[in-house]
Amino acid sequence: MVTCTIDGIEIDVPKGTLIIRAAEQAGIMIPRFCDHPLLKPVAACRQCLVDVASPFGPEGKLRPFPKPQPACAIEVTPGMVVGTQMTSAAAKEAQEQVAELVLINHPLDCPVCDKGGECPLQNQAMSTGRPVSRFVDKKNTFPKPLSLTPQILLDRERCVLCQRCTRFALQIPGDPFIALQMRGANQQIGTFDADVLGVAPVAGEAADESTGDVPAVCGEPFAGYFAGNIVQICPVGALTSAAYRFRARPFDLVSTASVAEHDANCSAIRIDYRRGVVLRRQAGDDPTLNQEWISDKDRFGFRWQTAPDRLDKPLVRRDGELVEVSWPVAIAAAAEILGQAKTTAVLPGGRLTLEDAYAYGVFARRVLGTDNVDFRARVSSAEEAQFLAHHVAGSGAGVSLEELIAAPSVVLAGFEPEEEGGILYLRLREAGTKVYALAPFASRGVQRLGGKLIRCLPGQEGQWLSELAALGKAGKPELAGSVIVVGERLASSPGAFSNALKAAAALDAKLVWMPRRAGERAALEAGLLPGLRLGGRAAQDGLPMGLDLAGSVAAAAAGEIDTILFGGLEVSDLPDPHLAREAFAKAKVVALGVRRGAVESFADVILPVAPPQEKAGTFINWEGRVRPFPQVLVSTAVSDAKVLARLAEALGKPQPIGSVAAVHQALAELKPGAERAPAPAVAPPPVRPTGAGEAILSTWRMQVDCAAGLDYEPYLAASAPAPLVRMSSELARELGVKDSDPVAVSTKRGQIVLPCKVEATAAANLIHLPAKSPGSWVLETLGVTSGAVVQLAALKEVGQ
Amino acid sequence: MTALMPLLTSRWGNPESWTLKAYEATGGYEALAAALKMEPAAIIDTVKDSGLRGRGGAGFPTGVKWSFLPPPDGGPRYLVVNADESEPGTCKDIPLMMADPHSLLEGVIITSFAIGCHHAFIYLRGEVVHVYRRLLNAVREAKQAGLLGNNIKGSGFDLEVTVHTGAGAYICGEETALLDSLEGRRGQPRLKPPFPAVAGLYARPTVVNNVESIASVPWIVKNGADWWKSIGTEKSTGVAIYSLSGHVERPGQYEAPLGITMRELLELAGGVRQGHQLKFWMPGGSSTPMFTPEQLDVPLDYDSVAAAGSMLGTRALQCFDETVCVVRAVSRWMDFYAHESCGKCTPCREGTFWLRSVLRRIEAGGGRPEDMQILQDIPKSIVGRAFCPLGDGAPSALTSSLKFFPEEYARHIELGACPFDHAASYLFEAVTL
Repeated sequence: MVTCTIDGIEIDVPKGTLIIRAAEQAGIMIPRFCDHPLLKPVAACRQCLVDVASPFGPEGKLRPFPKPQPACAIEVTPGMVVGTQMTSAAAKEAQEQVAELVLINHPLDCPVCDKGGECPLQNQAMSTGRPVSRFVDKKNTFPKPLSLTPQILLDRERCVLCQRCTRFALQIPGDPFIALQMRGANQQIGTFDADVLGVAPVAGEAADESTGDVPAVCGEPFAGYFAGNIVQICPVGALTSAAYRFRARPFDLVSTASVAEHDANCSAIRIDYRRGVVLRRQAGDDPTLNQEWISDKDRFGFRWQTAPDRLDKPLVRRDGELVEVSWPVAIAAAAEILGQAKTTAVLPGGRLTLEDAYAYGVFARRVLGTDNVDFRARVSSAEEAQFLAHHVAGSGAGVSLEELIAAPSVVLAGFEPEEEGGILYLRLREAGTKVYALAPFASRGVQRLGGKLIRCLPGQEGQWLSELAALGKAGKPELAGSVIVVGERLASSPGAFSNALKAAAALDAKLVWMPRRAGERAALEAGLLPGLRLGGRAAQDGLPMGLDLAGSVAAAAAGEIDTILFGGLEVSDLPDPHLAREAFAKAKVVALGVRRGAVESFADVILPVAPPQEKAGTFINWEGRVRPFPQVLVSTAVSDAKVLARLAEALGKPQPIGSVAAVHQALAELKPGAERAPAPAVAPPPVRPTGAGEAILSTWRMQVDCAAGLDYEPYLAASAPAPLVRMSSELARELGVKDSDPVAVSTKRGQIVLPCKVEATAAANLIHLPAKSPGSWVLETLGVTSGAVVQLAALKEVGQ
Repeated sequence: MTALMPLLTSRWGNPESWTLKAYEATGGYEALAAALKMEPAAIIDTVKDSGLRGRGGAGFPTGVKWSFLPPPDGGPRYLVVNADESEPGTCKDIPLMMADPHSLLEGVIITSFAIGCHHAFIYLRGEVVHVYRRLLNAVREAKQAGLLGNNIKGSGFDLEVTVHTGAGAYICGEETALLDSLEGRRGQPRLKPPFPAVAGLYARPTVVNNVESIASVPWIVKNGADWWKSIGTEKSTGVAIYSLSGHVERPGQYEAPLGITMRELLELAGGVRQGHQLKFWMPGGSSTPMFTPEQLDVPLDYDSVAAAGSMLGTRALQCFDETVCVVRAVSRWMDFYAHESCGKCTPCREGTFWLRSVLRRIEAGGGRPEDMQILQDIPKSIVGRAFCPLGDGAPSALTSSLKFFPEEYARHIELGACPFDHAASYLFEAVTL
């Protein structure tokens, strides 16, 4: 600890603390623009100038610095004496001088500025600025606004050039899509723009002879998945989002702390609404989880909850048509279907709160008397279910994010850190964790993490993990004590989960299961898998072992299951969407949902339920951390659990599942020490050979894609990177294609055509497609997933 | 009367002075041969002992700067020569590199040997293409002669020299902005610490020196520290190049012991333009406060000029006679600083912008009485607040002109126009279109 004195207050702070942070701890707010606690100091805005003196020489006589110093860039030293604007006339004068200069080129458009009312510049103009400006000359103006991305707009004349945005882009996600350009008063933030920079495109050798198109000389048009954070950290109104710009005044907004529903990190967010309408979401501050950053998906993806196809009244199918009915009629209709069912299956999906998941479990087992329950609305396997029951369910809070990023090394298997990791990617990058990616090629995310690629064809992860287990600590000392992260996606790779367990044991490594969806961990804890019960306990209620998702769909298609209780899931996410539609059309379906979505084509009764912002609940994130959130909006919509409670009542078997408290009581009453399921033991398959014109498919979801949760966000969708078919240079040569040439990937079921991108690190016979991006719905179109053999062909033009 | 003492400029008039042949014919690379036989530490001590102070403007002792390098750790260390001469009025490094590039190279090789550098860089202002060619040619000649490359003159010492051209930004004369630019980044000053001696180019220990400082090193090595100390004043040793420009009869570079006075230099240069009197002069470039004829007898060494209220700077002595409108001159300089402010920090970026706006308005006749207060106040908002010395130097001319010629500003405001006939100050025929 270092002892210093700020404005006469003696304070102890850890070594390395900046003056501005130490002052905050002493309760003194020094004005600032460029300073941000999560970014490296730059000392550019000069607003935080303070008077500093430190002991010098053997006698430790105080020696003042000859001029005021930036509090944001100087670490406190023992015995340092700091005078801020509170006690030092020199500091006050310096800050007032800088404030006057900051404001000369700033427009007086606060009344129409998004930031007006929550603006650090406005506040500091009040505290430190002059009552009347002395500047009478012409202010700098720029054409406005400049579109940095489809989502993010820049009004350059409002910018105070603090560089928070450019430093964020460079330091945090590593997406330097904006930079300072020009100089002096013409200095501005911009994207790569040949006109502004005066760069002539390089003609000649790189030009496409057929079209004459000249490729961009440099610069990546893609801004990244975290760019929205710059809008939030901008200390003035220079950066705005297209989705929120001009739509509200900050002082009309009501803010509620909540939890994001888009990925398994369950980041802290703040929901801002006005008169019952959510207008924006901001990053919350959770230093141990998302710090002050969130992904653009968590920030901008909220209009799905109030989408035009949002259900507000129950629907019942009469004479083939869905008609609106009252709740009692709908409950009665649903109860009749469920009551007459011979065999049922419950498919609740993976976006559940713990409370709703618990209700589905109780409803399935005690009311419907079936164990055909599976929360996994995605490619899944029996091996995975056994792995989850053995290793994850009921294990409580496991490896935390902080422990993960501090691990000596991290092995990522079946998990793409940026596309599937969200905020975890930022934390790994910030910590500089040593990352080994067991993946078919080094993705952009892995490269920016400085990760080491362990090249592995999809389907062969189990093989590699078993070899790793055989090598052990002695053979692989660099992985001893590491954390192995297994993505849910490994369900398509037989033997991967089984051997991950062995590898972790052999290496003294910790093993983390990484689902994509926010609700999967809670559903697992609630026992929504065949044979599993609350808190990871094995079934002891005498129900026969049920069918999993694939089994239930197949049984329904074969007519063996006649009724399905359907939660919030997308049919297009299921392993075989065609078979699933056939099955759901055949069976009677009672669906609980926020939106009409895909269920309206086959459901017999649709019961509307509340989206997260209209109910209270608890997510459990991948760490096993409990993430409760309050009800944000006043709403007549009710949770899945409440609907199920009413259904149970109507079926004559009332259950205590309708309230948050009831669930937590049931969890609290669980006794520890239940027996765990045995570990799965599946052998990895041999390598699949490919012939000419064939390749092994690799696929995963992109962070921003055609997810239902991102519907009605055109600006966000337009910010997503272009879907590409990635392939090895060997395959590209074989097909005679180069970057951006169209390539068709096909199976017996269908064909996907996308522009080509050669991946230098890809295995020779590898092809990669985004799993559910525009023009590339792999499960829907090809009917296969990672590890399958697909056919390739070069096309002359996209669309052929 | 102090006499001229051409050392660094001694070869400028020789035929084909820029060639290796001509350089060696006049004792070139003799200092290198001597230096390669010395212990590197002894060279540093010699330069330290000579009292050589940086010729780039700040006057920091060169040998002391070298000794700030941490002990060798096996990794690279760099010498970077700041040849980005762009201060208005300063014109010494460019003629030196143009006429005598080998004298710089010899200094580079000796300095690199002294500090343990195996790759030195010369960061040259990009506009001076001819100088660039001369430097490239000198490097090529030196390499062919075994004066660069591996095992220089059998000493076992290796050195590569890269000549790099900047893109024409005044800020890149600031050493850390220069390093960023040299690394291929946007040229803006870095936050210090770490200082370049600890983490400079590519985050390695780096010495950044001015051209004239480095070119002085061979003379010191060859003739010894005591000889160098015998020239100049006690605290400003040796010779230096004084660049006279403006309303003088014979503008040009005058090399003389430090401590020569402006009166003496003016005499050597034939005096002020015939028929006119000196009105004001800049001792060290446009970033230093101006002097008037009252300071003609101030010895032009680091400390005496500072004591008289200005800075020796780069010894760019710009002379202005009574035909010059001081408001107009200051306004042009402010144009320069507003244009060249890198934009990183608020005081320099906004302050120079504001001052430029006000000065232009006053010059055009739109001045208001309250502008006098703004002209007094805004420099105080820049100096000591800005990130780097560019901001500190930007309002020097303005502030000093307000001290010496306040009535001239007031006159502009009263008249609503400039009272001067600008054509009278031209050194060329006024062209009427």
